[in-house]
Order: sequence, then structure tokens, then C-alpha cells
Amino acid sequence: MSRRKPEPVQVVKQRRDAALRALVEGVPYIGFLGIEFDRRGDELTAVLPFDDKLIGNPMLPALHGGVTAAFLEVAAIVELGWSMLWEDIEAGRIELGQADEVLLPRLPKTIDFSVDYLRSGLPRDAYARARVNRSGRRYASVHVEAWQDNRSRLFAQATGHFLMPALDNG
Amino acid sequence: MTESGGVSMSHEDAAKLDLARRFIEAIPHSHALGMHLDMIGGGRAVISMPWDERLVGDPRTGVIHGGAVSALMDTCCGAAVMSHPDAPAGTATIDLRIDYMRTATPRQRITARAEVYHITRSVAFLRATAHDEEEGLPVATATGAFTVERLEGAAK
Repeated sequence: MSRRKPEPVQVVKQRRDAALRALVEGVPYIGFLGIEFDRRGDELTAVLPFDDKLIGNPMLPALHGGVTAAFLEVAAIVELGWSMLWEDIEAGRIELGQADEVLLPRLPKTIDFSVDYLRSGLPRDAYARARVNRSGRRYASVHVEAWQDNRSRLFAQATGHFLMPALDNG
Repeated sequence: MTESGGVSMSHEDAAKLDLARRFIEAIPHSHALGMHLDMIGGGRAVISMPWDERLVGDPRTGVIHGGAVSALMDTCCGAAVMSHPDAPAGTATIDLRIDYMRTATPRQRITARAEVYHITRSVAFLRATAHDEEEGLPVATATGAFTVERLEGAAK
């Protein structure tokens, strides 16, 4: 019985990172807010480095509620787009240098997004992780949690529903 | 004389609007998004922002990211709470749900309108809509609950 030799780890990592970059770097608004993504295997953590322009209440100061909502929505959409791509990335159907925005499928569209503000966002970096709870051919449901200093003390959470891009125009 | 929604305002109202406008535009993130307060008072607010390339969520179509619309709706709801006659000393979002009805047309200004439809001693309930430059079906609608902060020492 012959098993295929595993690919060198850096080839696998490069392919995954290239796909993630293509997914994130094509979106101007993600760059405007300064959101970055940290990847461990298939697990993504969205990182929002603190910046003065993210402040909503200069007295406290606190993160703008709209920034929090936007951060969670970006984390949810990227997680969903990433989970749609994952099999293609692993199967090597997305080649290095080829993973630019033109070849990526369209991003899911938000149907609704509901944010639960648990405590005010401090003027520090924030982190978020999203979980795709349901992903069908047309609709997906995603839950996101965001925290700052302590992983167990969430400052916001959200649930969103998304319309999946049609397969035939991908 | 300032005009808002086709209704001419008294000098006093215009001064109030000017003060509120400076307050909103001093919020760093609202300023970064180019938000402009068009009307405020009686638990209602209208805030608009221009289309901007930096806010695009889908580079293939130029459609603005939902998150930017959320930021506009959140600011507008907060402003509406602050303008309520019960005069809360401050407010914070408890929850905000946004329904995206259709894609906003690229390069058009987005205008949010929010109103407090009920307020208790501790909570304000809001409804809001967002339109691009076309009337009719909104780009998005929102419902939210906001805290009503009272000044310490105020009657309970």
C-alpha cells in the first residue's frame, strides 16, 4: 500500500496564508479599521489593534459601538468565506500565486446581524473568533465572540445570518 | 437660517443643532467616517455619511461594508436617545439588530433616521432606517435597546 508523501509544511502554510491574504486584503474596509487575522491551522482569530480613530466616547474613552459591530461582522464574514475555501485550499485546488481576488468566490452577503454589547470596549486591542453554526447551500448562521484582556470576559457577541454566494457565478 | 426636512427652525433650535453637530463630529470614529448630523431633537436624529472608497466591503461592486452602515445606525440611535425630552445624561448600546434589505448603491450618500419609540427609567427602545439617495425601500432597518444613564443624585 503506497501512501502519498505529505507535503512540506511550508508549502501547506504558504498556500493557506496566501488564500487568507486574498480573502482579507481585497476588502478596503478591513484595511480601514486595521483588522488583521491570526491563523492557527484552520482556526482564525480576528485582531483589532487599538487606534484613536476607533473611539466612540472620548470621555471614557471607549471603542465606538459601531466599530465593535463592524469588527464582529468582518470576523463573521471572513470566517464564513474561509470555511467555504478550506477544502479547496487543502485539496490544492487553490495554487500559490493564483489565490488573488479574481479567482476567489464571491463573499457571503449579510442578511441580518444582531450585536449584544456586554461591556464597553476599552481603548486596547480586541480579538474575535467566529463559529459557523450552520452552513447550507443558500443560508448560513454564524456566531461571533469578542474579548480584550480576558478570553472569558467577552465585551460583545453577535449572531448573523448570511446569504451564500451562488455557485454558478463563483 | 438652517433648513432641515423642509421645516425652518428657530434661532434657538439652530443653535442646539449646531452644538449637537459639533458634539457628534468630535467623536473620533464618527469624524473618520465623515458623519454629518442633519437633524436632532425630541428623541429623533438624522445622520448621514458620504460613500467612501475606504469603506467598501466588496471590491468587485464598490458596495459599502455592512459594518460601516452599522456604525452609522449605532451613532444615529445614540444621538436620538440623547435628544429625548427625558434628557438622559448618557447612553450606551445594549443591543442592536440590523436587517439588510438591499445593497446600497455605490457612490451614494447614506442617511440614517432613528427614533426612540419607547423609553423607561433605564432603557430606550429604538427603530432606525438607512437609505441611500433613493427613497422607498431602505438599504437597512435596525432595532435597538440603549441604556438610559441618569445623573447621580437625580430623582429616582
